[in-house]
Amino acid sequence: MTKQIRQLDRVVIRFAGDSGDGMQLTGDRFTSETAQLGNDISTLPNFPAEIRAPAGTLPGVSSFQVHFADYDILTPGDAPNVLVAMNPAALKANLVDLPRGADVIVNTDEFTKRNLAKVGYQVSPLDDGSLDGYVVHPVALTSMTVGALAGLEVSKKDAERAKNMFALGLLSWMYSRPYESTLRFLERKFAARPELVAANVAAFRAGWNFGETTEDFSVRYEVKPAKMVAGTYRNITGNQALSLGLVAAGVRSGLPVFLGAYPITPASDILHELSKHKRFGVVTMQAEDEIAAVGAALGASYGGSLGVTTTSGPGVALKSETISLAVALELPLVVVDVQRAGPSTGMPTKTEQADLNMALFGRHGEAPVAVIAPKSPADCFHAALEAARIALTYRTPVILLSDNYVANGSEPWLLPDIDSLPDLRVQFATAPNGEDGTTFLPYLRDPATLARPWAVPGTPGLEHRIGGLEKADKTGDISYDPANHDLMVRTRAARIDTIPVPDIEVEDPDGDARVLVLGWGSTYGPIGAACRTLRQRGLAIAQAHLRHLAPMPANLGDVLRAYDRVVIPEMNLGQLAHVIRARYLIDAIGYNQVRGLPFTAAELETTLEEVVKNA
Amino acid sequence: MPEPTALKLTAKDFKSDQEVRWCPGCGDYAILAAVQGFMPELGIPRENIVFISGIGCSSRFPYYMNTYGMHSIHGRAPAIATGLSTTRPDLSIWVVTGDGDALSIGGNHLIHALRRNVNLKILLFNNRIYGLTKGQYSPTSEIGKITKSTPVGSADAPFNPLSLALGAEATFVARTIDSDRKHLQSVLRAAAEHQGSAFVEIYQNCNIFNDGAFDQLKEPATRDDYLIRLEHRQPITFGTDGQFCVVHPPGGFGLEVRETATTPTDQIVVHDATVTDPAYAFALTRLPGPDLRNTPIGVLRSVNRPAYDTVVQEQVATAKARTDQTLEQQLARLLANGDTWTII
Repeated sequence: MTKQIRQLDRVVIRFAGDSGDGMQLTGDRFTSETAQLGNDISTLPNFPAEIRAPAGTLPGVSSFQVHFADYDILTPGDAPNVLVAMNPAALKANLVDLPRGADVIVNTDEFTKRNLAKVGYQVSPLDDGSLDGYVVHPVALTSMTVGALAGLEVSKKDAERAKNMFALGLLSWMYSRPYESTLRFLERKFAARPELVAANVAAFRAGWNFGETTEDFSVRYEVKPAKMVAGTYRNITGNQALSLGLVAAGVRSGLPVFLGAYPITPASDILHELSKHKRFGVVTMQAEDEIAAVGAALGASYGGSLGVTTTSGPGVALKSETISLAVALELPLVVVDVQRAGPSTGMPTKTEQADLNMALFGRHGEAPVAVIAPKSPADCFHAALEAARIALTYRTPVILLSDNYVANGSEPWLLPDIDSLPDLRVQFATAPNGEDGTTFLPYLRDPATLARPWAVPGTPGLEHRIGGLEKADKTGDISYDPANHDLMVRTRAARIDTIPVPDIEVEDPDGDARVLVLGWGSTYGPIGAACRTLRQRGLAIAQAHLRHLAPMPANLGDVLRAYDRVVIPEMNLGQLAHVIRARYLIDAIGYNQVRGLPFTAAELETTLEEVVKNA
Repeated sequence: MPEPTALKLTAKDFKSDQEVRWCPGCGDYAILAAVQGFMPELGIPRENIVFISGIGCSSRFPYYMNTYGMHSIHGRAPAIATGLSTTRPDLSIWVVTGDGDALSIGGNHLIHALRRNVNLKILLFNNRIYGLTKGQYSPTSEIGKITKSTPVGSADAPFNPLSLALGAEATFVARTIDSDRKHLQSVLRAAAEHQGSAFVEIYQNCNIFNDGAFDQLKEPATRDDYLIRLEHRQPITFGTDGQFCVVHPPGGFGLEVRETATTPTDQIVVHDATVTDPAYAFALTRLPGPDLRNTPIGVLRSVNRPAYDTVVQEQVATAKARTDQTLEQQLARLLANGDTWTII
C-alpha cells in the first residue's frame, strides 16, 4: 500500500505513560532522531517526584513533549498534535491539553476494567464517544510487541517492557525519522545483555512496520530541516549544558573546578555529569549536607580552585550563611540554584522562578552578590561561563538561577569554537602589596574591579588571616570602627554594582512598539513565541530579556522609560516586577503564574494582546 | 602532609602581629603558646600551614598564628577545611574548634570529616561551657549543670567527644590538657605524623564561666590518682605509686580499673593504639566517672586508613593519565560528545 506523504512545518508530540513505561527515554530517542534530521527542536519532560508511583494511577503519569519544526522555535509547544497514551491514566491526565482534532494513539491492551477503574473511568473512553473529537488510533501495543518478540529468548516481562520501542518505531515511521542512531543507542545501552538489544530492536522494527502496513495510518508526515546557522549541533538539556560550561570554565581559567553538592532534585544531574570529568581536574564531593557542600566549595576557592556548589531552593536557604561568609571573605564562588516549585519541598519536579528574591536579598546583613539567569537549555553553557567569569574577576559569590524547565528541557546547541570562549585566567597574588614592599594587605583593592588580591595558601610572604568578623580596609585586621564598617559595607555594594555587564538589548523590529515585555530566565521562549505571533498579526510589541539580575544592565532604566507600558511575566508572584518598580519607579504590569509549568505562548499572546490594544 | 625541610623557625615566627584578646587566665593562652612552640618542629614553611576555625572563643586562634588562616562560621570549619584539603593536599591543615562549635552546631561536619578521614588535624578545645555567648551549658556540660540558660540544671546528657569520634570511624583519637605543655606537644606531634583525620580533645579551662572544670586532673594532690597517662605498648597503670591498673575482665565488654597489688601482672592491659577494633579505644573512653576519676590522656587510637583527599586526588591523577591530549582538545571532544549533526 502506498501511503500519502504530507508536509508539515511543525509538530508537537507528547509521549505519556506510567513512570515505569520508559516515556522519558522514548521521548529522548525521538528527539535525537529528529535532531539528526535537522529540525529545530524544543522538549519538555514532565514527571512525578515519586520514582515509581502506584502503577496505572494519575500521580504515576510521566510524559515527554517534543516540538519540532522546519523553522526556529522557542518553546516545547503549547498543545500536542499527537498524544501517545500508554494507559488510561496517561490519557486522562493529558487529554485536557489536547486540542480537538489531535491524533491520539492509545495502547488498548492497558484499557482493562481494572486500569480504567483506577482512574475513575466507569466506561472506557474508547467506547463511550467521549473521544469523538479526536483522531483515535487504538493499537494493541503490548500484545503486538510480545507477539513480535515471540521467537526471541526474552522473558514475558522484558518483552512487555519493550513496548515503548514499538511506540517509538511507529512514531518514527509516522514522521519519517532516521532511526540509525536509535539502533546504535540500543546496542550501547544493553551491551551487557545482547538478548535485550535484539528484543528492543525487534520491537522498534515491529512498530515501524506496523505503521507501514496498517490501514489505520494512511498518512505519513515529513517536516523539512530548519534553516539554522551553519555549524555542528547537538541536542542538550540545561543541566548538561551547565555542567559542560563549568568544565569549560575550568579549562579557560586554568583552575581546578571543585564541586561540592548534596543530592537534590532537579540539580543532581549536574553532580552526576561533573563527576565524570575528572580528567579535566574536576573534583566532585558529595557532601554530608547542603551547608558542607558550599563550605567545601568555599574552602576550595580559598585554596585557588574555582569553587562551585549546585542545588535547588531549599539548599540555597541552607547555604545562605556560608554565601554571606564568601561575601565577607571576597572569594570566588559559583552557586547554582536550579529552581523548583516551593516553598519547602513544594513540587520538586515542577518549575518556578520564585527564588529570585532569595538570590537577590536572602542573606543576613548587607550581603550583595551577582545574580544571573540562563534563558534556555543551551544558554546554560554560556551562563555558567559568565558566572565563573564574574566570580573569578570580581572575587564574589555569583548565584546562577536556572530552573527545572531549562534544566530538563532540551534544544539544539551550536557547538562553540573553544578559542572563542572567554579567557578566564586569573592572577594570584605573588608578592607583598604594601608600600613598604614587605607588608601584605589582603584588603587592598584593585581600583578597576574593586577586587582584593587572591593570595592562596602556599604563597611565601603573604601569610594572612581572613574571617567573618568585619575587617579593616586594606589590612584586613578585625575592626569594630564605625566609619570602617560603613566604608566596607558600601564598598561591598559598589563591588557588585560596578561590575560591567552588557546592555540589555531590545527586540522591536519596526521600532514602533509602545509596550515592552520584560522577562528573565526561562520565560524567554514562551515570551518570544508570543511576541512573534503578535507581530505576525500586525501588532507592535517589544521584547527585552534580563540575563544579569545583579547588577542590572546600565541602560535598563532608559529602556524601560522609552515605553508606555512594561509587562513582566514571571513564574512567581511578581518578584522582578517588585524590584523594577522599586528601582526605576516604573509602573510595571505583572503577569504571574505559579502552576509548576512554563507559560504557554498562547496565554502570553492573549495577555500581551490586551495590553497592546489598551496601551 | 608536606615533607619536612630544613627550616630555622622558632615559636616567635608563628606569632602574628594581632593582639591576643582572650580573657586573662584563659586556658587558650597556654594552648596557643604550646602550638606556637611546637610548630617549628613540623619543619614545614609557614606558608604551607593553614589554621581554620569556626566560631567561639577558641576559634579566634587563627588570628594569632602567623600562617595562613580562616576564622569561618559556626560549626563549619571541618567542611571548609575538607574542601581545601581535597584540592590542596600539599598543605598542612589544622582545624581549631570548641565543644559547642564541633559537637553542637557543627556535629554533622565533624563526624563526616572523621568518617572520610580527611587529612586534617582537629583540635577541639573542650571547656564544657559556651564562653563567647557568656555562659550557657554546652553539649559536653555535665547533666544537671546550672547555667544562665539552665537555672535549675540542664536536663540533657553530655557527649563524650572521644566516644563520638570513635563512633564516627576516626582513625586517630587523643586527649590532652591545656596546662600540661609537654604532654600537649607530644600529642600534637603524634597527630601531625598521622595520615588522615587526627582528632585531639584538649581539656581547656574557662576561668570565667566554668572555672576549675578539670581541677582534679591538674591539682598535684589529685592528678596522679585521676589521670591515666597512656603510653604505647606499656601496661596501663596509674596513681601516685602505680597502685591502679586497667584490666579487661573475662566475660565483660569493657575495661575496668583495679588495684595493681591484687591483679596478676599478665592481666593488666598493655596499651596499643594501633588495635584495629575500635571497641578497645571506646572502652578506654568510658573509663572516667562523672568526677573525672580514671581519665585517660594520650593517644587512644592511631590506625591507618586511606585519607579521603589522597584517594580523590589519585582518581583525578588516574583519569588525567589516560590521555595525552591537551585540555582544549579534550574539551572540544567533550562538547561534541554524543549524537551531533552539521548544518552547512
